Amino acid sequence: MKFFEDIQVGDRRELGSFTFTAESIKTFARQFDPQPFHLDEEAGRKSLFGGLAASGWQVGSVCMRLLVDTGKREAAEMLSRGETPAVWGPSPGFTELRWLKPVLAGDTVTFASEIESRRESGSRPEWGILRARNTGTNQRGELVYSFLATAFVPRRNKAG
Amino acid sequence: MLAFEDFQPGHFGTFGPRLITREEIIAYAQEYDPQPMHLDDEAAKRSLLGGLAGSGWHLCSLLMRMMYDGYIHRTASLGSPGIDEVRWTAPFRPGDELTLDVEVLSTRVSQSRPDIGIVTSAYTLKNAKGETVLYSTSPLMIKRRAALEAER
Repeated sequence: MKFFEDIQVGDRRELGSFTFTAESIKTFARQFDPQPFHLDEEAGRKSLFGGLAASGWQVGSVCMRLLVDTGKREAAEMLSRGETPAVWGPSPGFTELRWLKPVLAGDTVTFASEIESRRESGSRPEWGILRARNTGTNQRGELVYSFLATAFVPRRNKAG
Repeated sequence: MLAFEDFQPGHFGTFGPRLITREEIIAYAQEYDPQPMHLDDEAAKRSLLGGLAGSGWHLCSLLMRMMYDGYIHRTASLGSPGIDEVRWTAPFRPGDELTLDVEVLSTRVSQSRPDIGIVTSAYTLKNAKGETVLYSTSPLMIKRRAALEAER
């Protein structure tokens, strides 16, 4: 992962894709969100979603997995170039999460992350604060998922 | 079945407690958030979290399950368009017993779908020590009573 100084507003990372099979939708739903439209095709068709729909929290969880995998890949690339990867801090949260369209069984969603703002932390000078717009787009090019994530990112040569 | 009209501004309910196990924290992290502080005690001790802690997205998913078990299973819920805000205010750990407080902030009837109401609530998850580990606000779409009765 990069240091704060090496990240600019507008930087975009492609995170990869995930296909939401009926099986994966039902498995997640049984554990965390067993509402009928996430468990049963017929109930899904009769719902506002119009088909067996993934729990929004499954979409969020899959996006997290792709963010982590992308970060690990970037860290490995930095190490192979002889650079030291930054270790990002825990996130304090997010805002503006939108499930814009249903994610239905068989849909493939492609995720991306784009830096929206950056500032130095006033109280903790060894950290910068990034906001990134993370999005998911389905195989028809429709935006289905968006949220504004906050991350604490270490500043170069300011390790506390 | 609870309808839109059953939700009024003010305290709606307290649900739980839900015991969080080490196994479920690690199982979620292996699948969705495989970072060392969610998987490994030694790595977690060296991290800013100071010990093994669950993924924030796991906590959001557990919030959903506690909502379902608490009242969504008997509510004419139509799902949610999104989440206004989530704050992960403290780590959640193996052995925590989480309690959910639901406060209804506002209610309104959908302009485009008058058979649907939108209830915006604040959700607070606390551990047994009373520390807040998650605070969130979000809208939920719920059928209105008349629409629910028309289906019978």
